[in-house]
Amino acid sequence: MATTANAIQTSATVDPRAEPAVQMLGVNKWYGEFHVLRDINLNVRRGERIVICGPSGSGKSTMIRCINRLEEHQQGRIIVDGTELTNDLKRIDEVRREVGMVFQHFNLFPHLTILENCTLAPIWVKKMPKKDAEEVAMKYLTRVKIPEQANKYPGQLSGGQQQRVAIARSLCMSPKIMLFDEPTSALDPEMVKEVLDTMVGLAEEGMTMLCVTHEMGFARQVADRVIFMDAGQIVEMNTPDAFFKNPQHERTKLFLSQILH
Amino acid sequence: MSSSVETPVFIQTKSHEALPPPNLARGPIAWMRENLFPSIPNTILTLVVFYLLYVAIPPLVKFLFIDAVWTGTDRDACRAETAGHPVGACWAFVWDKINYFIYGSYPITERWRVDVWFVLLAIGVVWLLWLKAPRRDVGAVYFFIVFPVLSFILLLGSDWVGLDHVPTGLWGGILVTLIVATVGIVFSLPFGILLALGRRSRLPIIRMASVIFIEFVRGVPLITVLIMANTMLPLFLPGDITIDRLARPLVGVALFASAYMAEVVRGGLQAMPKGQYEGAMSLGLKYWQMMVFIILPQALRIVIPGIVNTFIGLFKDTSLVAIVGIFDLVKTIEASRIDPSWSAPTIGYTGYAFAAFFYFIFCWGMSRYSLGVERRLAAGQNR
Ligand SMILES: Nc1ncnc2c1ncn2[C@@H]1O[C@H](COP(=O)(O)OP(=O)(O)OP(=O)(O)O)[C@@H](O)[C@H]1O
Ligand SMILES: [Mg+2]
Repeated sequence: MATTANAIQTSATVDPRAEPAVQMLGVNKWYGEFHVLRDINLNVRRGERIVICGPSGSGKSTMIRCINRLEEHQQGRIIVDGTELTNDLKRIDEVRREVGMVFQHFNLFPHLTILENCTLAPIWVKKMPKKDAEEVAMKYLTRVKIPEQANKYPGQLSGGQQQRVAIARSLCMSPKIMLFDEPTSALDPEMVKEVLDTMVGLAEEGMTMLCVTHEMGFARQVADRVIFMDAGQIVEMNTPDAFFKNPQHERTKLFLSQILH
Repeated sequence: MSSSVETPVFIQTKSHEALPPPNLARGPIAWMRENLFPSIPNTILTLVVFYLLYVAIPPLVKFLFIDAVWTGTDRDACRAETAGHPVGACWAFVWDKINYFIYGSYPITERWRVDVWFVLLAIGVVWLLWLKAPRRDVGAVYFFIVFPVLSFILLLGSDWVGLDHVPTGLWGGILVTLIVATVGIVFSLPFGILLALGRRSRLPIIRMASVIFIEFVRGVPLITVLIMANTMLPLFLPGDITIDRLARPLVGVALFASAYMAEVVRGGLQAMPKGQYEGAMSLGLKYWQMMVFIILPQALRIVIPGIVNTFIGLFKDTSLVAIVGIFDLVKTIEASRIDPSWSAPTIGYTGYAFAAFFYFIFCWGMSRYSLGVERRLAAGQNR
């Protein structure tokens, strides 16, 4: 299985000279007896946009959460922006400073205002003066089109607005890589677009992105590569065109037929 | 689809005016019908409660106010045979002994120091608790650092400020009750938080130590802890160090309250959704930053009722220090009660009524305050 995944990966257009933003080499992970990630091999170039899809429980979340060490892998190597993730807390902190993450349920801090949500990490992690942090926060809040909500609390915003705040909060740390875990699947349909538009904008600026999402329109529009996972494995990896028009594997075909109609 | 579908009758074609809200019954009669007699079981309950109030309230009022003796200098005022009328509460006794109840045996010429201390305590409490007070950060520094040092110098005395030494054996009454309660409250919250975090630590040694401490302290009565602190604490220390007799129960009370506080705080920590930890970690916050800025503010907010409940319990439990010979309010009342010059049938009841009143005012105040804070926090941020 792994060999096919590797073969597809090398056949996809990977520039061997650029240092990869994320490198996963033979990563395996178990929850007790349960083998969640099986021999994951993945190279993400700088500026590359990757969309990950697959059935529920296939390990998509687990895989991207390994990249900022919200989950620990037990075998193989994960190298993020040149830093290998080990038990060394210093390195984990280093990686988390470089990697932003947006969650399905936003995970904003409800007891802090929108502005405080955005400035907390820059002030305490990057030791930025409060004034500068607020300026940066307002810049990103303007970019996600909600500067006027800065002094409200998360509970007073709509789901779509909250998710855009979550994106702005991550961007305030000027991450090199952004991880998205189903950022639109907890939203009402009419709010999905505003969040996707924000993400498209981010992609156009050249951010390295790994998105777990079932928004296939988004995948077609921005992805460089689409990954299909099943049962903890990367089953197929290809450009969106090839992936949607000409899926190689039965499981991929079945999955696509289910979600496209 | 054809567009020639007739408009069904159930679709509104013109907009309606808003209707006035339904007529809500007002006035005392309507209120009573709604709240006191809405159904037969409730009517029965209401009547039973009224009957109980009718049985209990008049004798109480008679004892505490109507038959009470307000002035007098000795027992003759409070004995029915010498006073010439039935005697209820003997407030003259409380009035005569009030200084003893407040200061214990603190030397009379030095009691102004205790008064100053009460004022300093009040300033600290108000500064911290009044949510709109200016510079509450300075208030915290004052209460947790400046105030303890000042208290120490002021109450105990110190040569270099020219205050006479007053041994703690002379302290007593409300002074001691408030000292024990304040020390317990001030230490139990931070220690309780540390113990709660320790109990959830990933390091087995820290976790074990926290669990053993919490379970041990919660497993024994406060009296046992106090007696142990009184007799065993000196044994643990090298022979030439003696701990003050007042300090021993202070340590006991603080440890005891911490264990309970730890469990309350742990409840709050467990109620926190995992996403809050993940959100904080993904931003690169370190463990302590995550705890101090994200988790604890929310977790403590959830358990304000439990925290205040523990404080109230602690405040009342301070009366148990009397058992190890500390003259707190209850002990000073006990001692005055048997004063022969005030020996009269209702003296004991009066003394305890006074104690009950004192404890009630403080505990009720804490309870009201926490309700107010909860309401404010609920209004500030709705999830
Ligand atoms: N903490 C855990 N302990 C044990 N099993 C877990 C844990 N977290 C996830 N799993 C299991 O690991 C598998 C992969 O989970 P994961 O959340 O990565 O799936 P997913 O592909 O993101 O699915 P979904 O689309 O539903 O989010 C699932 O079968 C899940 O039950
Ligand atoms: Mg998932």
